[in-house]
Amino acid sequence: MSRIVGIDLGTTNSLVAYVDGGIPRAIPDAEGRLLLPSIVAFTADGAVVGEAARRQLARNPARTIYSVKRLMGRGYDDVKDELPHLPFPVVPSAEVVRIRVGEREVTPPEVSAHVLRALKQRAEAHFEEAVDQVVITVPAYFNDAQRQATKDAGRIAGLDVLRIVNEPTAASLAYGLQQLAQGVIAVYDLGGGTFDISILRVHDGIFEVLATNGNTHLGGDDLDRAIVEWLLADIRATYGVDLAGDPEAVQELRLGAEAAKCRLSFEERTALTIPFDAFTYRRDITRGELESLIAPLVDATLGPCRLALTDAGIAPEQVDEVVLVGGSTRVPLVRRRVQDLFGKAPHSRLNPDEVVALGAAVQAQILAGGITDMLLLDVTPLSLGIETLGGIVSVLIPRNTTIPTMAKELFTTSVDGQTAVDLHVLQGERELASDNRSLGRFDLAGIDPMPAGMPKIEVTFLIDANGILQVQAVELRTGKRAAIEVTPTYGLTEAEVARMVEDSFTHAEADVSARLLIDTRTEAITVANHVERALRQGAHLASAEEVARIRAALSALAEAREGVDRDVIRERTIDLNRATERLAEAMMDQALKDALGSKRAVEILGGP
Amino acid sequence: MDDYFEVFGLSRKLQLDEEELRRRFYALSRRHHPDFHQQAGEREQAAALASSALVNRAYRALRDPIARVEYLIALEEGRDGKEGGTKPRPPMDLLEEMLEVQEALEEIKRSELDRAARERLCAERQRLVARRLATEREIRDRGADWDAAVEANGERASLLRWFKEALATRAYLTTVIDDLSDALGKDPDTHVSHRRD
Repeated sequence: MSRIVGIDLGTTNSLVAYVDGGIPRAIPDAEGRLLLPSIVAFTADGAVVGEAARRQLARNPARTIYSVKRLMGRGYDDVKDELPHLPFPVVPSAEVVRIRVGEREVTPPEVSAHVLRALKQRAEAHFEEAVDQVVITVPAYFNDAQRQATKDAGRIAGLDVLRIVNEPTAASLAYGLQQLAQGVIAVYDLGGGTFDISILRVHDGIFEVLATNGNTHLGGDDLDRAIVEWLLADIRATYGVDLAGDPEAVQELRLGAEAAKCRLSFEERTALTIPFDAFTYRRDITRGELESLIAPLVDATLGPCRLALTDAGIAPEQVDEVVLVGGSTRVPLVRRRVQDLFGKAPHSRLNPDEVVALGAAVQAQILAGGITDMLLLDVTPLSLGIETLGGIVSVLIPRNTTIPTMAKELFTTSVDGQTAVDLHVLQGERELASDNRSLGRFDLAGIDPMPAGMPKIEVTFLIDANGILQVQAVELRTGKRAAIEVTPTYGLTEAEVARMVEDSFTHAEADVSARLLIDTRTEAITVANHVERALRQGAHLASAEEVARIRAALSALAEAREGVDRDVIRERTIDLNRATERLAEAMMDQALKDALGSKRAVEILGGP
Repeated sequence: MDDYFEVFGLSRKLQLDEEELRRRFYALSRRHHPDFHQQAGEREQAAALASSALVNRAYRALRDPIARVEYLIALEEGRDGKEGGTKPRPPMDLLEEMLEVQEALEEIKRSELDRAARERLCAERQRLVARRLATEREIRDRGADWDAAVEANGERASLLRWFKEALATRAYLTTVIDDLSDALGKDPDTHVSHRRD
């Protein structure tokens, strides 16, 4: 049985999990942390991911990319309104979003690939063997382009993405495996950047999704943004300063707002303190104030919930359990609104930050053949159609159809001798093609020249278990397969992905050493800080000569930290540790003496 | 075209046990779903994908009593999906009856509704929703006649015609109800948020 891991590629955090002895577990990093911040910083020395990148947010805002999931599979026009809020520059273009990082331009799948690669390495370190096969989760309401972009990110990271699985349904698998949810369940998933609602019937190991709905641009980020806008206005009123144009300040405010929001889930009032160069901004925020700021956003999740219930043919009182997923469901207002809508208290017995990754691990185990009694039957969230005469959409596969599914359609030519037919494929619920999401244009070429209307081209639209479209065409008279050239509207072409996969190999080595360098520097800073504190508190316990030796080691390390030689930094960190060893012991001795009277520490500890 | 009744081992009858249909759907899903063929060869994976897609389409067509009748007509007429075939028009008397509503809808496009007109249209919509429900009930009930005709191998063409007309009536009612809802704004009981029924 091959090893397949599950990855939750989140807007804010990502994590990797696997099933161990029938129980799904998240894999920690070397420091024991499960959540990897989905942040990528492109430093002068290469790309860094996670906590190291988070530290670059306020320091290096233009080159530190966060919440890139919101840009996946999107066009420049889709995200235009959001750009003023983003501290990194997005290149104006007609198609795929591209982010400028110094000389380079990177696409969202490439940024996500860095996060995926870090998780792959984490899993490989854990198992001490290569990990190549994965299941990756996406919001249920992701369209074809967003799913394809996620799959592309996996490929760029050197992963074989066996399945794209929807986040709320993944969560239901984690609950189901542990018999924590049965009957008709509603999964309400409000994450960092996206919102999903899925209604499922869980029966006898089958997880049948009845309907799903959502908003791929609504999550904790939007709550934070509402708070930041409010803080900016408050600062304008109080200090007469407009910080909106200062990316570093806005980034500080965003981090402060996010932390305050989290605290207000457990406290009624919290203090916010943000030091700027000119002044320190202090203000108290109450839960009531927060709630009035975010109420419109929370209420915006209720419409999709009602639509999903209608499509599922389920009345709110028929829902047996309401499960909460995603960090934003910790917000008390969210819980209250969900309770009001469904008329019963929602629960999150499994950690809402981890449950999606755990479910992805369950799905991975199903694909590996390790679980045979559970099966997920998911749906496609959006209707699929083609543009017909007059720009009207003809629906081929309605939304909430169980996948995999297929639809066949006959096409012909309208002009004598015509050898190609152009199809425009769309996703969405609106009547006019221009109001829907364009997935791409399919050129059926190589049709034998015949009088108009003679060729009969049967086109098969297949949505696979990933919710991704595959198109095939056959000319029925000749039985000849028609060649199809696909031009994705908001996606990368096959050639582009192939080039990025190549690029990633060249960059990967540089990125790994950049990460190691930053880790080593961070470690050096931690040790130096400890020593500085020891010198301040315990200098009287050391001889002048010893203090001088420690100071020399400190400055040697500081000098090494400026350079890029990891080995030198590590050596000097060890040197500094050694130089301080005796002082540290003396201080510990002193502390114990203070605590226990005159006995020597060694006697108490039973040492030599 | 694929016979979806056959997929589930059923004869072409309209009255079926929906619980039993779901059980068979789950059983077939367990056999064909790509998840359980992930480790197999490429050919077997493609076959699983195709049969799983067929099972899913078949279930969707049969699980809902109205969709089931629509599918049965398409199957009996030997055409694929909703496209093609002759679409029957809704009965003339219904079209005439709706003239007034249609005029009112045109009126709304030109100017705001006064309160009395709005109330009248709300009542009209309620009446139409009730009428659609009655039509649906009638369609379901006539399923017994169809099944009896199948058993007896009797005449079915006139029944099919009746079903087609009833479905056309229902589709027309849905269109008018949707137009009214668009014009009047949301009403949680009858509002159809998307254009499809």
